[in-house]
Amino acid sequence: MSTLLKNGRIIDPANRRDEIGDLLLVDGRIADQSAIRNPQSAIDDTIDCTGLVIAPGLIDIHVHFREPGQSAKETIATGSKAAAAGGFTTVVCMPNTSPSVDNPSVVTWIQEKARAEACVNILVTGAITKGIAGEELAPIGSMYKAGIVALTDDGHCVQNHELMRRALEYARMFGLVVMDHCQDYNLVGKGVMHEGYWSTVLGLPGWPALGEEIIVQRNAQLAELTGSPIHCQHLSSGGSVRILREARARGISLTGEICPHHIALTDESIRGFDTNFKMNPPLRTQADIDELIGGIADGTITILASDHAPHCTYEKEVEFDMAPFGILGLETELSLFLDILVHKRKAIDLSRLIELYTSNPAKLLGLESGTLSPGAAADVTIIDPGLEWKVDKEASASRSRNTPFHGWELKGRAVRTIVGGKTAWAV
Amino acid sequence: MSVRSPKSSASTTDPQQNSAWKRKDLCAIQDLSPQEITTILDTAAAFKTVGTREIKKVPALRGKTMVNFFVEPSTRTRTSFELAAHRLSADVVNISATTSSLTKGETLKDTARNLEALHADIIVLRHSSAGAAQFLAERLRASVVNGGDGAHEHPTQALLDTFTVREKKGRVEGLHVAIIGDILFSRVARSNIHALTKLGAKVTLVGPSTLVPREFEKLGVQVTHDIESILPNADVVNLLRIQHERQRKEYFPSLGEYTSFFGLTKQRAAKLKPDCLIMHPGPINRGVEIDSDVADSNASVILDQVTNGLAVRMAVLYLCGGTRLG
Repeated sequence: MSTLLKNGRIIDPANRRDEIGDLLLVDGRIADQSAIRNPQSAIDDTIDCTGLVIAPGLIDIHVHFREPGQSAKETIATGSKAAAAGGFTTVVCMPNTSPSVDNPSVVTWIQEKARAEACVNILVTGAITKGIAGEELAPIGSMYKAGIVALTDDGHCVQNHELMRRALEYARMFGLVVMDHCQDYNLVGKGVMHEGYWSTVLGLPGWPALGEEIIVQRNAQLAELTGSPIHCQHLSSGGSVRILREARARGISLTGEICPHHIALTDESIRGFDTNFKMNPPLRTQADIDELIGGIADGTITILASDHAPHCTYEKEVEFDMAPFGILGLETELSLFLDILVHKRKAIDLSRLIELYTSNPAKLLGLESGTLSPGAAADVTIIDPGLEWKVDKEASASRSRNTPFHGWELKGRAVRTIVGGKTAWAV
Repeated sequence: MSVRSPKSSASTTDPQQNSAWKRKDLCAIQDLSPQEITTILDTAAAFKTVGTREIKKVPALRGKTMVNFFVEPSTRTRTSFELAAHRLSADVVNISATTSSLTKGETLKDTARNLEALHADIIVLRHSSAGAAQFLAERLRASVVNGGDGAHEHPTQALLDTFTVREKKGRVEGLHVAIIGDILFSRVARSNIHALTKLGAKVTLVGPSTLVPREFEKLGVQVTHDIESILPNADVVNLLRIQHERQRKEYFPSLGEYTSFFGLTKQRAAKLKPDCLIMHPGPINRGVEIDSDVADSNASVILDQVTNGLAVRMAVLYLCGGTRLG
């Protein structure tokens, strides 16, 4: 089985490649360039990519697929369809399921379910602590043997610095990265939106930026002390970017990721009390957006992700402070970043955007994907950077509908997602 | 009689002015124009005379059903709305649900649908979540009146406060109003800030720096942590109930320390202008935010507020419930 992707702009940041050309996929692998020139090569299928970008399959290292336990919100099957529809060939699932991924049997259960039902590659993370309770270490080594790609208590944050330190030291033995949802519980309290002008006006409990920044600072110091890498998830505040920049300049292995909603929306969006604008960490100010984008532009931020967090409509359609945190992301994230970062703000170019979604996350987690090197898995995303389209939540492949971007007109999107040489989705 | 205008009152609003009121709901003072606020106050002035009559009833809302839906406990506001509705000849149903029974099962949206199924015309909602009234208003054909939503707004309280100021002082514009106490967690403060600034008053917020953050200055008010500085030049002081429950312990050390810095003691009251009004939304903590004698002094209009609350709530129910459905 072979497919020729013809006459596209091939952007492969891992190999510093950006040129117009053809890419041949043979038996689920990227073929050597020489095979294309060989007239003997049998081509089963040719896809014209004129005017399109051929990129390594995109990787989203931060999604919630809700299985096991919350399949009314999302399943591995529906979540993976949403991933494919957004241009993603690999996703990394967070462990805050029910039960949580804090032991090898849940890891294996998800892997088997994914093998049977998913149309993209599903990678599993394990909890740092048992039950994501922040009190004692989960069986990290056993989960490593079962195949987890990283550790995180996402949705929660280990408050005990001593426990976090030991988790980092222990994880290093297996080469596992610890990914942290940065939130100080005392400072944040019952906060449901950014603490600032709009929380003051609306009378909603504030979630101060300091609640994130102080944990990013802790992580910088713990990463320095232990020599273990820490990845700070979904950074929302400008102050976090400054701390990260300074730590990285000093050679500390601290990385950060940014989600599209944090650069697309401000806390003012909450003035109508619409819970589709409620996520954790919360939307912040225009000044934060500018600093986040600055961090992406200058290389402080190396990874983009969605924090795809589906919730049922009936769960979201409640009083603002009672609604669960989180919004959908997979089907809109590439387009939002393309539209805002590349087209509107011109903060980065397309090649850099692809790097933040491919080789960088692959490098962080030690994955073999994220490249178009010959021999690599034929995971490819074909992107039309100029295609204008309108977000329609009812057309979503997800089980849920909780997006604040319904009706948005965006420029640029994935048009075909190829996983292991086979088209998983096409526009 | 016209449903739009309460009859037989000298200072009644003319129908044209009332027709300026287009809203189905009253969720927040922040949404209102100064003209809309004035319309409510003028209508309330007309209704106030009803309470002094032998027969304290007008038929303005006869045949309408008002539901007093109080998810958070309240006696004063609920009773005031209930009496107001009775005086307008509406039928009244009181529903009090504890927050826990809502979280156990029924969502606010489902509750709303049930109220709709009962053919409620007006729903007065008191709820612990900011935005709850707006949430209901967007989902119901019935009129929704916010009886207090979390720390967001308490529109009728601000309207009755403003009404009282206007009644006693003859105007609101140009007056200096000090709001003293726990501003951060106060829906009364927020609604008062909007009402007073929209009508041209100068507002100063007074209280501990933890409970009166500087962020409030962006609402067009002044912030001070020194009560002495405002005493000689305030035309009105509005004291908010101060609480020292578990969640407030991080904000100030004790009620005693609060009183020593911010309580309206007799000594401080003596520094007020002779004609300064002393207000309080109640229930008052004698000896905490206000000295007992000061609360009972001639400058205190605390009980006038209660009386005026009835007239203001009649006006709000009438404007929201009467015009649209009448």
